[in-house]
Amino acid sequence: MTGPRTTGYARDVAVVAFAQSDHLRRTDELSEVEMVMPVLHEVLAATGLKAGEIGFTCSGSSDYLAGRAFSFTMTLDGVGAWPPISESHVEMDGAWALYEAWVKIQTGDADTALVYAYGKSSPGSVRDVLTRQLDPYYLAPLWPDSVALAALQAQALIDAGETDEPGLAAIAARSRADAGANPHAQLRGAVPHGDYQVRPLRTGDCPPVGDGVAAVVLAAGDLARQLCRRPAWITGIDHRIEAHGLGLRDLTDSPSTRTAAEHAGLFDAPVDTAELHAPFSSQEVVLRTALRLGDGVTINPSGGALAANPMMAAGLIRIGEAAARIHRGASDRAVAHATSGPCLQQNLVAVLEGDRA
Amino acid sequence: MSTSVTSATSGSPGATGKEPVAVVGIGQTKHVAARHDVSIAGLVREAATRALADAELTWADIDAVVIGKAPDFFEGVMMPELYLADALGAVGKPMLRVHTAGSVGGSTALVAAGLVAARVHRTVLTLAFEKQSESNAMWGLSLPVPFQQPLLAGAGGFFAPHVRAYMRRTGAPDGVGSLVAYKDRRNALKNPYAHLHEHDITLEKVQASPMLWDPIRYSETCPSSDGACAMVLTDRAGAARSPLPPAWVHGGAMRSEPTLFAGKDFVSPQAGKDCAADVYRQAGITDPRREIDAVEMYVPFSWYEPMWLENLGFAEEGGGWKLTEAGVTEIDGDLPVNPSGGVLSTNPIGASGMIRFAEAALQVRGGAGEHQVPGARRALGHAYGGGAQFFAMWLVGAQEPTT
Repeated sequence: MTGPRTTGYARDVAVVAFAQSDHLRRTDELSEVEMVMPVLHEVLAATGLKAGEIGFTCSGSSDYLAGRAFSFTMTLDGVGAWPPISESHVEMDGAWALYEAWVKIQTGDADTALVYAYGKSSPGSVRDVLTRQLDPYYLAPLWPDSVALAALQAQALIDAGETDEPGLAAIAARSRADAGANPHAQLRGAVPHGDYQVRPLRTGDCPPVGDGVAAVVLAAGDLARQLCRRPAWITGIDHRIEAHGLGLRDLTDSPSTRTAAEHAGLFDAPVDTAELHAPFSSQEVVLRTALRLGDGVTINPSGGALAANPMMAAGLIRIGEAAARIHRGASDRAVAHATSGPCLQQNLVAVLEGDRA
Repeated sequence: MSTSVTSATSGSPGATGKEPVAVVGIGQTKHVAARHDVSIAGLVREAATRALADAELTWADIDAVVIGKAPDFFEGVMMPELYLADALGAVGKPMLRVHTAGSVGGSTALVAAGLVAARVHRTVLTLAFEKQSESNAMWGLSLPVPFQQPLLAGAGGFFAPHVRAYMRRTGAPDGVGSLVAYKDRRNALKNPYAHLHEHDITLEKVQASPMLWDPIRYSETCPSSDGACAMVLTDRAGAARSPLPPAWVHGGAMRSEPTLFAGKDFVSPQAGKDCAADVYRQAGITDPRREIDAVEMYVPFSWYEPMWLENLGFAEEGGGWKLTEAGVTEIDGDLPVNPSGGVLSTNPIGASGMIRFAEAALQVRGGAGEHQVPGARRALGHAYGGGAQFFAMWLVGAQEPTT
């Protein structure tokens, strides 16, 4: 058995387990703690580890979705943080919590990490809520919603000749058909492309609004092999941010994704699978180019964010889905991507590899 | 199996050898009740440029930015790191946003230090801020009925019963809290960046101030501030180029426990004890009372000084108030606590933890000016948050760590 390529990092770290909830349009009957606990139990059970045996725990979430300050303090209860644990939280997608945990393991202060993320979008209007992440003095007061901003990006792509409406429809159709094989997806099987939401985006080009949870366990070196038959080694991971102002960016390109991919070593060898956090069909077009993904790459076999987009967890799910394919032997080298901010402002790229037989 | 895997797992945690981390730049804003003259972006940039100037570095020298703040509701901006990327020179770079309640300023610094220690990045800018005048922190923290008791408005209402429990448990006399507030407000007069500069402060004025949440008086509570704090962290090579003496990180840790559960000790939480023990172990400290020269402790309500003195191992259980009463924690005492004036004098909530960490670093660099503790070689920075459930601490020293 040969290992993954030499990473240049201090330690080899792998995703050894992944679990997620069913993603649902509404979960009125569940508190966030009740949503999170079964997924944490499932992911820990897959490794045989208990919460107290985990070296470091990190979560991602957003107070604005929860509608209350310090919302993550309650979900920490779901972890069972007693005796006290080494723990942190990012107010970002769980993919960045995974990055913080990966750094922690690189320092040698931990050998394992539990990473989880959750979001309930159902209590409010997520299109309105997301306007609050825009420049508070100049942009947010205008309340431009997330679908309208994505439509600007889609129109810029069409104007540049990068895609057209049938091309976008094909992405949506492929994603939602693939989701038929994903028991956790919110929208499963063929779904009509629908009416315009904001031209040129139709319902099918936009992500469903829903609630969900994801969790991952990381482990270093030989411990990863003990916990998982075929660990998904993180051979590269990096993230970059771009200017906030949409007028300062070329919306048809994603230089931050490209830079992150270069630093993650994505272009050193081909990948067979890509899990892209593209909540809008048009964003897949941008990411496919930035990541130089050819036709031979299986893109979003899970159905991607067009089939289930639980805010704050959807990026971590991409890493988990890519890792799970490696665990199953369905992939040898995969790329996972997560995004944050309007029109792909901030992007994380992780390259995952399985041991070669 | 690749050789890198073998080497990575050949020993216990830490066997890989961490890069030493140095603080080479510190910048703060003058903390005030309302900075009407700057935007949020202007506020954070002011602290960041001061930290860069202190390190004699430019934006181009920074590899990554780690930013922290307390709840987004305090300013009404969701994920403000997105909007602040430009102001902090982060465009094209990695930017990470940490949020661990009131301890966030400390946690943010530790996450940034981890990037250097892991050799993922060489030089990292870390910053924490709060611009509380943009909104109303009282209501930002007051959770919607029916999900909690309606009388818990504000943090003081939550913490006052635990102070009362401390007094009952230890027999501490009523006046100890006033002594802490009087000390910290006098110390703040020596710190040009402190928010409250009460030139006419007397112990009698503290004692005569209105009772807010019995036993916590108005003058024993922290103010609500606009402010930011930034630090430049770098590796050994970066420290060698530093124009001023660096502060070296000798140990750092975070610990968390649940908010509410049977058996939780709100007076002296286990997570705080465990966090301090981990930091002391890393730094080789066996007798914190004798081996640490200055402490920047997160004391938002005066009584938390004696409480944390016990929790952090500076006094035996029940003995914290005796140290305070004896003047040990005065700036010219045997164990100066909050020579900067502390949270009681300056509280931009999300930045408060990082200010503790930065002030500890200033002390061991010998750069604290009028509030310098003479000859400080090792200092502790401490932060806590949530329902006294999140803890972040670091111990910094004037010498590069030997282990």
